[in-house]
Amino acid sequence: MSPAVFQLASISAKFNYWIYIILMMIGLFAMIAKNNLIKKLIGMTIFQTAIILFYVSIGVKEGATIPIIEYETLKEYNSQKTGYGAKPDIEPQDYDNPLPHVLMLTAIVVGVSTLGLALAIAQRVFDQFGSLEEDEILEELTHPKPAKEPANG
Amino acid sequence: MQSMKIIGGLAVIVTGALLLRASHDFPDWGDPLSPANDSQTSNYFLENAYVDAKTPNVVTVVLGDYRAFDTMFETVVILTAGLAIFAVLGWTQREDIKDAAVLKAVEENPIIGVTCRLLVPVIQVFALYVLAHGHYSPGGGFQGGVMFGASFIILALGTGLGSALKRFRDTRALVVGAIGVLVYAGIGFLPMFLGDDPGRNFLDYGALKEILPVEKESMARSHAILGIETGVFITVSAVMFAVYFLLASHGRTKDSL
Repeated sequence: MSPAVFQLASISAKFNYWIYIILMMIGLFAMIAKNNLIKKLIGMTIFQTAIILFYVSIGVKEGATIPIIEYETLKEYNSQKTGYGAKPDIEPQDYDNPLPHVLMLTAIVVGVSTLGLALAIAQRVFDQFGSLEEDEILEELTHPKPAKEPANG
Repeated sequence: MQSMKIIGGLAVIVTGALLLRASHDFPDWGDPLSPANDSQTSNYFLENAYVDAKTPNVVTVVLGDYRAFDTMFETVVILTAGLAIFAVLGWTQREDIKDAAVLKAVEENPIIGVTCRLLVPVIQVFALYVLAHGHYSPGGGFQGGVMFGASFIILALGTGLGSALKRFRDTRALVVGAIGVLVYAGIGFLPMFLGDDPGRNFLDYGALKEILPVEKESMARSHAILGIETGVFITVSAVMFAVYFLLASHGRTKDSL
């Protein structure tokens, strides 16, 4: 690995990537190593948050403002009697990149909905096996207890 | 189990190291000339959003006009998630748990009850403000819809699920969610029957100039964006509440559809 990655100047110029990678790895570890299904879902949500942070952070421009066109610019544009094809005096470098914001706006709400679906499936798993621990579910699958009736019977 | 943690930890460390190495080649934080920030599309959006749709908030224009097809299917995904949760949990109900205790109003605590009754209308009015003001400030259908759904969830947490369901019937929640998608798709289909003889494309709102009291196509787009955002608002708020009451009651609400 190139040692330049760990130089202070490189870290401070790219700290957003460090934060998203650390968050993402916490989520990935939780998804791989945790035994409890709910903890796996928490890991998945942390993973999603890391990706949202990544997208939003690459849309930032130094010294720019949110992508809502300034009132003064629009007032000037609307007061001119110009023909078809005239554009307001907008410099793209003055406004943050709107595209990552749009993509993440929908991703957040869809993420909540899919998390709800995952929790619903976890509830059904608990109905069926009486546990959310992965090893206990596996034990139940391989050696089902004869006395227990299926919960949905 | 211990071995799983070691293998997982190793995999995570290797992946993290690779990603860190790759991030060295990424543009610096806040670089205005990075490939993502100086791309033709995002510059086009910033320069033309107001000319095309008379809406200062560029994010709203991209969401509701340039990428309207994408947003429509995001809304469908949310509705599908709501339906899927109902399909997974809704059939578990058994006769003996139909009148489960979860549906009865919780022991009325005056402080919580009064706080909820005071908060809920304020939250709902603010949600509608976020929806309607999405053209001029951060906001829109998704954000407002989540807030509106949250107001019902607060009611359910504070005064019992039963009293929240009295105000928003569980039998209607998913139907209302479908109506939101219908509003969105309906506004999308309208331009196909308007305009010149072959009609316009799906979701090409400029043609709505003929039926709306506006002079310019850009103004018609501005109004149509509010219309489709309303559809998103309806779907998101209904599905948020449906997800909550289905999960909280373990799918034991009386008859969810």
